[in-house]
Amino acid sequence: MAFNLIRDKGREGRRGYKLPRPDVEMKDLGSVLPGAALRKEKPRLAEVDEPTVVRHYTNLSRQNQGIDTTFYPLGSCTMKHNPRANEAAASVPGFAGLHPLQPEAQVQGALRVMHGLQGFLAEVSGLPAVSLQPLAGAQGELTSVLMVKKLFEDAGDEGRTTVLVPSTAHGTNPATASMAGFGSKEIGLDEHGCVDVDELRSMVDETTAALMITNPNTLGVYERNIAEISEVLHAMGAFLYMDGANMNANLGRMRPADAGVDIMHFNLHKTFSTPHGGGGPGCGAIACSDDLAPFLPDPAVEKEGEGYRFVRPEKSIGRVAGFYGNFGQMLRAWNYIRMHGPELKEVTEMAVLNANYVRAQLGGTYRVPYDELCKHEVVVQPPAGKKALDIAKGLIDHGYHPPTIYFPLVVKEAMLIEPTETESKETLDDFVGTMLELAETSPEDLEEAPTGAPTRRLDEARAARQLKARW
Amino acid sequence: MSVPGDLQYTKSHEWVRTEGDTATIGITDHAQDELGDVVFVELPDEGATFDAGEPFGTVESVKAVSDLYAPVGGEVVEVNSALNDAPEKINEDPYGEGWIVRLRTSGDGPANGDLLSSEEYEKVLQEEA
Repeated sequence: MAFNLIRDKGREGRRGYKLPRPDVEMKDLGSVLPGAALRKEKPRLAEVDEPTVVRHYTNLSRQNQGIDTTFYPLGSCTMKHNPRANEAAASVPGFAGLHPLQPEAQVQGALRVMHGLQGFLAEVSGLPAVSLQPLAGAQGELTSVLMVKKLFEDAGDEGRTTVLVPSTAHGTNPATASMAGFGSKEIGLDEHGCVDVDELRSMVDETTAALMITNPNTLGVYERNIAEISEVLHAMGAFLYMDGANMNANLGRMRPADAGVDIMHFNLHKTFSTPHGGGGPGCGAIACSDDLAPFLPDPAVEKEGEGYRFVRPEKSIGRVAGFYGNFGQMLRAWNYIRMHGPELKEVTEMAVLNANYVRAQLGGTYRVPYDELCKHEVVVQPPAGKKALDIAKGLIDHGYHPPTIYFPLVVKEAMLIEPTETESKETLDDFVGTMLELAETSPEDLEEAPTGAPTRRLDEARAARQLKARW
Repeated sequence: MSVPGDLQYTKSHEWVRTEGDTATIGITDHAQDELGDVVFVELPDEGATFDAGEPFGTVESVKAVSDLYAPVGGEVVEVNSALNDAPEKINEDPYGEGWIVRLRTSGDGPANGDLLSSEEYEKVLQEEA
């Protein structure tokens, strides 16, 4: 299948637009701008007519698999349906037309939404202080760990050099620790797939800055010892950070602060239904305890009398995003939370029920390591002799986006399935039926998949070994 | 899976060939098979020193990034720089052209009592299966 760039479809001088006659006097650009600011050559834009533009992008979009076209059980990514009511809120002209340089007095509505969302996230987490600035989960992690680092610096404690991560952690956790200037050490698991508390005890000392825990972890298992874990850390003056990627399993059911979490990030684009995939835009909002609050990014939104204003936290680590973060995502998340209100916990209940339904239906044919009640996602392994990669490619031929594969690393041939709460029983039954059919398909046939997608199987190894990042 | 009898092994699936005070190190046939196609190897600098059990580099495949652990302690005297352009040698010939580093071992030979014989390593593989 050939992929042509839109530029290659153009002809010199062809135009797809007509501009209205200007109602001001036209000036030569050279008379307004200094010579150094002027282009020497025209930009290489596509010169095409409107039908060509529409067809080009429509045809590209038809090659996509996305939540709007198919069930998308990508584990740890919470690909839930994006309610269209969120889009209605985001299209209100007063929000859609905002400029980030407008003065506070003109954007009180937007500040009210941000302040309201800060409050919602504080209530969900039990942690009093919130920043909406980080643009993605991994940036929320980095922001949080930089705050922990600054707190120790502020306290004159120079010996905190290490961040601990369980072996089930997202790869971003040790990467965050490293970017923030810490070393990281890995902790093993107990027989339930949870952090081994005895090993933790032996590793925590006065060099430990924090433990980064994901709860439920990436096996979909609830870290039942989290309260004890927080006590071990706190006794040494270290912090408990929670990676909130899996908050869809906790809403209204588990408040991280009650379990001793000091600081955490949310993924508004996962848990609170704002569109994602393909790299953004996201929002990795963070929430923290009073101890860490002075170090939050600048600015936060505060209520003053009847109005709202931006404030700089006292010992802020500074800005972590241009302007205020991805406001459109905050607005959608605010809308989503308001739509559900106190029933938000039913989101979690249904997400957990759906994951356990899939676990029960696949179990017996697929192997289920740590086969206990799971939370919002479940790890399975293909039957002996079959590869997760081949099953995943087979799913593409049946019209599904594959689940996460080969993660978490602690399970061989892992397939991490997260159905989310927004799918019906019929959708889950169809998916399970396909998975069971693929389990019966011969390995030779599976190796051929996909046969019905826009491309056959891509050579991932060659793509990585001979990376071409430019067309 | 091939497990040559003249090598020693670690539980983390490295092999080591000791000749005098030189130890050549790579990853096992089982390890390359589990990882899948290797796309990148991060090699240590020559002259760097590592203790036994310390990570000295990483192997990145289409599935995962894994640390490499030194089976014995010592100073890096040579790295297999051919892997920079052809990391697939680890898949094709893990015990030969896919070797990763050579260390000058500290002290008088491998001090690490955790090294496994080929028979012991085969048992580890059976237990993992």
